[in-house]
Amino acid sequence: MPFALETRKLCKSFGALTVADAIDFRLEPGARHALIGPNGAGKTTFVNMLTGRLAPSSGAIFLNGEEITTLGQAARVKRGVGRTFQINTLFRELPVLDNVALAVAERCGLATRLWRPAGTHKEVIDEAGALLAQLGLQPDALRRVADLPYGKQRLVEIAIALGMKPRVLLLDEPAAGVPSHESTRIVEVLQALPAQIAILIIEHDMDLVRRFARRITVLAAGAVLTEGTPEEVMRDQRVRDVYLGELHA
Amino acid sequence: MILYVISVGLSVTMGLMGFINLAHGVFAMAGGYVFATALGRFGVPFPLALLLSFLLVGAASTLLEKTLYSRLYGAPELAQVLFTIGLIFMAIAVARAIYGTLAAPVFLPGYLKGQVHVLGRDFPTYRVFLILFSALMILTLWFGVERTRWGAMVRAAVDNRAMAQSVGIDTPRLFTLTFALGSGLAGLGGALGADILPVDWTYPSEHLAYFLIVVAVGGLGSLRGPFFAALLIGIADTACKYWVPQFGAFLVYAATIALLLWRPMGLFGVRR
Amino acid sequence: MIAHAGGYTVDARLRWQEALPWIAALAAFFLLPEYLALGARILVYILFALSLDLILGYAGIITLGHSAFFGLGAYVAGILGAKAGVTDPFLQLAAAGGAAALLGVATGAVILRTRALTLLMLTLAITSIVLEIANSASSLTGGADGLSGVVVAPILGVFKFDLFGRTAFLYCLAVLLVAWYAVRRVIYSPFGAMLTGIRENATRMHAIGAPVYGRLLLVYTLSALLAGIAGALLTQVNQFVGLNVLGFEPSGELLVMLVLGGVGRLYGAFIGPVVYLIVQELLAKEFPEYWFFGIGLLLVAVVLFAPGGILGLADKCLSLLRPGSSARASAR
Repeated sequence: MPFALETRKLCKSFGALTVADAIDFRLEPGARHALIGPNGAGKTTFVNMLTGRLAPSSGAIFLNGEEITTLGQAARVKRGVGRTFQINTLFRELPVLDNVALAVAERCGLATRLWRPAGTHKEVIDEAGALLAQLGLQPDALRRVADLPYGKQRLVEIAIALGMKPRVLLLDEPAAGVPSHESTRIVEVLQALPAQIAILIIEHDMDLVRRFARRITVLAAGAVLTEGTPEEVMRDQRVRDVYLGELHA
Repeated sequence: MILYVISVGLSVTMGLMGFINLAHGVFAMAGGYVFATALGRFGVPFPLALLLSFLLVGAASTLLEKTLYSRLYGAPELAQVLFTIGLIFMAIAVARAIYGTLAAPVFLPGYLKGQVHVLGRDFPTYRVFLILFSALMILTLWFGVERTRWGAMVRAAVDNRAMAQSVGIDTPRLFTLTFALGSGLAGLGGALGADILPVDWTYPSEHLAYFLIVVAVGGLGSLRGPFFAALLIGIADTACKYWVPQFGAFLVYAATIALLLWRPMGLFGVRR
Repeated sequence: MIAHAGGYTVDARLRWQEALPWIAALAAFFLLPEYLALGARILVYILFALSLDLILGYAGIITLGHSAFFGLGAYVAGILGAKAGVTDPFLQLAAAGGAAALLGVATGAVILRTRALTLLMLTLAITSIVLEIANSASSLTGGADGLSGVVVAPILGVFKFDLFGRTAFLYCLAVLLVAWYAVRRVIYSPFGAMLTGIRENATRMHAIGAPVYGRLLLVYTLSALLAGIAGALLTQVNQFVGLNVLGFEPSGELLVMLVLGGVGRLYGAFIGPVVYLIVQELLAKEFPEYWFFGIGLLLVAVVLFAPGGILGLADKCLSLLRPGSSARASAR
């Protein structure tokens, strides 16, 4: 059975600066995998290459066994790659429902319908509504995103990604910037995500990583330092060295 | 070459402040008018008239910047575009009211008229003067930017404004100063070029495309860029008019489009 | 600065207020017969403004080159009517729209990959090129003198263009009605919502798998088509076309009209030209310098103090009067 997502010797350099160094990475179907590493290790760059936002300098990327290295973002989304951004990238002036509905409509191929009013496309609206309910955002469906507290906006970010019905979900620091009393909600949401989606999260919050991940990959200076179960990684001296006290033991 | 003098200020302003100032031509027009008035009406000697156009326009632009422009620094692009279009409209209305619809007459001093004999060919003296003057200006600017502290600050701020600010560079004052310099240069350019590009009330809108082309082709924020762009455009324009006169400016536009597609950031653009 | 109509949460059915512009137009027809020429001009510019609103207000593309499509449409209709003997008004409209759409696809394919300043600049360059061509190809276009003697056959074989402009006015009104209906449907459709998405956050749109470039090209072409039809209408109404339909001025003026009315609000495109052209008619003849100055000042004031245009101000007033209503702009 092919890996949900795989990279082979993935490299990226900007001139003399190497930000990704021959990364070999495998994501199992249904995985709960975390990518950790100190700041500047190249985690977001890696994700950008996975989603097609950034072209690698060399190496290959495979999605469910199919090579997608040269495909653009839209094509990868169609094949089931979804992501959230580290900094909220939402349609701030639009209502929450619209934010999710846009993703759903895109997936259903309805986004180019010119004639019937958007409001009459019940399938899209109902599905978007269901996703919001799943994340506890139903009461806020008609509110402008910009009016929501940051933690809820973070949830909208996840809702949009789910609206794409991804088979692989890449979450870039889902709890970043969220005050601690709101982050439990995010953790709950993450734990309740469908089992068949392969999920990779980038995180600094080791508490969240411990509760969520079954496997961890550690990235440092653009290269894979080590990979294994949370216990193995936490015990690894090299990992502690690289973090130099950033880990909350 | 006049295009360069006028546009270099625009390139820096746009590159530095990220502000789309379509009204840059207004400053050039103002400079042209000041120059023509000083020269014609008040009999001010040529060099002094040039200086005046530079200083007065620079001062006026400082006023404008402090009161109006600075409010829109973070504003969406549409707002900036609309605002500067509004300024253009106001300025050309004022110009027409004060100066009527005729171009401002320019009386060149005797020593700049006629021809000069260089390398076996005759060139109009004024053009030679312009080329020399522009070259001098480029050197001065280059020196100013590459060697002085002010230049370093400008370059830093163009590169990364937030960083520059946190390092203690007083960006608002830098902006004002640079804006004034850029606009003053525009005024100077308008004055210098008044003989070749007649200054009338439609000046800013008529030449708007050209200014923007020079800046976009040269690359925002760069000082060398507009130089080469202006050079290219000047050559292309003359060449076209010479060989295929019925096409006029058409080829210049087409070439611009081609070039921008190949290099959307311009020849020497600074990545924002 | 931009509100929007449309989206998945809005009721798209026609509201009674939406009949007002048409009632007003018909009232003007019956009550103000001396001003029908001005009225027809206003209708043409409303259509032109609608086309610009599609890409500016909804897709968020700032362009100063829309006059290229307007002018091309105007000249196509003019040349067909004056030189090629094609006098059926609907054929002229179709040809003008088609030509403009072609230009839209061709230029859009090229410039929509760029952003902001480069894009703006390219649009200006394109309309300047079209102006140059119109200027030099004077055997075809009449050059600086313009093309007169444009023949337009009676509409449907029956309604001749009369001296009082009655036919012209109703003709423009009918075309505008059709165009308005089409634009309204597009705005409220999923496509319209998607356009708003592109304007609000193009990065997000890419991330949800939208082929942004292709979508923008589609709406750019549609917008060009409408602008071309508007230009053709102008030629048909005046039976003349001159160089003043091209270049920076018509684009700039249109931008002012749209911003004045309110961008991205469908009816901003109605109010803007009405106010602008009426005020221009009243004041510009008397005080040409002050007129331009006034417009400039108005534009600066709108940008600084009332970014939503007239409709935006109206919204603010309404929400002050009804403190319980939601903060979201009503989809007018």
